[in-house]
Amino acid sequence: MSKILKLNQLRHLTTAYFLELIREPGVLMWGIVFPILMSLGLGLAFTKKTDVTRKVAVIRSEEITTSENSQLYSFLNNKCKINTYSKEAGDDYRWIFEIADNKLGNTKFLFYELSYDDAIVLLKRGTVSLIISDNHGKTEYHFDPVNSDAELTFMKISPHIGTGSVMVSENTEVIKPLTVAGTRYIDFLIPGIITLGVMMSTMWGISYGIIEKRSKKLLRRLVATPMKKSHFLISLITVRVAMNIFEAAIIILFAILVFKMEIQGSIAAMIILFLAGNIAFSGIAVLVSSHTSNTEVGNGLINFIVTPMMVLSGIFFSYSNFPEWSLPVIKLFPLTMLTDSMRSIFNEGAGFPETVLPVVILTATGVVFFAAGLKIFKWH
Amino acid sequence: MTENNVIEVIDVWKAFKTVQAVKGISLNILKGQFVALLGPNGAGKTTLVEMIEGIQKPDRGEITIMGKHWKGNEDELRRMIGLALQETRLIDKLRVTETLALFASFFNLGKKRVDEIIELVGLEEKRKSYVVNLSGGQRQRLAIGIALLNSPAILLLDEPTTGLDPNARREIWDILKKLKKLSETSMILTTHYMEEAEKLCDYIVILDNGIILREGSLDQLLAENRSLDDLFVALTGRRIYE
Repeated sequence: MSKILKLNQLRHLTTAYFLELIREPGVLMWGIVFPILMSLGLGLAFTKKTDVTRKVAVIRSEEITTSENSQLYSFLNNKCKINTYSKEAGDDYRWIFEIADNKLGNTKFLFYELSYDDAIVLLKRGTVSLIISDNHGKTEYHFDPVNSDAELTFMKISPHIGTGSVMVSENTEVIKPLTVAGTRYIDFLIPGIITLGVMMSTMWGISYGIIEKRSKKLLRRLVATPMKKSHFLISLITVRVAMNIFEAAIIILFAILVFKMEIQGSIAAMIILFLAGNIAFSGIAVLVSSHTSNTEVGNGLINFIVTPMMVLSGIFFSYSNFPEWSLPVIKLFPLTMLTDSMRSIFNEGAGFPETVLPVVILTATGVVFFAAGLKIFKWH
Repeated sequence: MTENNVIEVIDVWKAFKTVQAVKGISLNILKGQFVALLGPNGAGKTTLVEMIEGIQKPDRGEITIMGKHWKGNEDELRRMIGLALQETRLIDKLRVTETLALFASFFNLGKKRVDEIIELVGLEEKRKSYVVNLSGGQRQRLAIGIALLNSPAILLLDEPTTGLDPNARREIWDILKKLKKLSETSMILTTHYMEEAEKLCDYIVILDNGIILREGSLDQLLAENRSLDDLFVALTGRRIYE
């Protein structure tokens, strides 16, 4: 036993890396406060329908346009409120039009009367996403059809160019906002934030930590002692997993208190799945950092691993929007597997039977990658 | 091997890609002997020390420590060796005592030894300081303290005073002189400072381009030259810093 596990060494190494971590002020900010702020920001943005303001550019016509000969100007002059503080320079809106909706949220449209060139500049800057012009009495809409925000602005305003000044959405009784736990966007988001946190914290914390220690020749110094090599890595992983548990617990507590979230499935299964995810990413992190001593190369390697998963694994939005052929590959990513299973526990009431396969795959991934990393690990 | 031999290096060769770093070096180091490996950058000093330290394998030749090869005796030999490098960055946010306690744990040593080392390297007033807040000289004294934790039979110092100011360098020398007086530790010191080799070591090996140009005690080496610097010029046609 003493040959396999040198507890005194392991204890001292773990304590040292724990102290190193908690004595770094940035850890508190980036490890704990930032994920909470991100959850809070995204959660509020997607759970509470606040008033939305949409800015629209109206091309100043060279012809004399009046309410009589232009559908657009008829709408602007008769059905919108005119901003009395409007400036000729065009840096303030000229008309305002409101759609009141107590279920989907109120929308305010601010219309800026601009030259075509000025309107294009604002479009390029993202200030406006829709430009409207009058073409011999006909209203024309200019926007990027791939931009969903522009498309939504077009779809919301175009039917109104011709009707009332403060519109109330019709048929609101048919809209039934979902408030059941597990069906809201925040319920989708929080498990993703937790699993993304595990990947980012583990990959950057362990991989970058090892590469930096190698570049500072600390690894060379450590390996010149009778320190058990595996203990160095195990202690780094232990500290990181402990930190991840703490961070995840804070996010969950926060989500329960602020967003009234519920964990509908087995908490024990969730803990085991969480640990399996940590093992998977720890193993990957050890392999990624097994050779290089150049922190720039390390940055690139870590980004090469985390960026595709961050984008494709369905953390913020479902990966089902990606092409059909890519889905089997996406589902094989450790982050996808971890996130899908975590969501099923949180929102679908999953337990051990549903999570046993991902737990086994994630754990095996971690063990295999760790063993491979240790085998080729460069200490100097 | 004679009874007093601590390190035996026999016809050792080492190349890195196209560079032949060490070309057939042989060397015996005796118990309690302080040996300087003196030479310019690229002479092969560090490669030779790394092979003695066991982190590089010779392409050819043999190295034994206390009569033992590295293969199969790694754990035992690591317990006999102390090492300090030119610039080891330790864990910034650990205190001096915590850093020493961490390394002491690898040798199953306790607080008592940590306190002895702190006294030996003169860091009593800095025991609670974070490593990051130590000066360059203090950091190097800590590195030497770590190397001495296990009361090593062999101490390997790779350019331990490079980049330090004269005061800090003298403080390191004082520690090593004290060690020479108090123990039977053998030391290999790589340096390109002539003065350091003269002041600390009783045997000097002058290396250049991976071979030994001359070796002997200071008196032997200075039999025909006024200084080590002159000897190096006589041997190579250039100064050690060029």
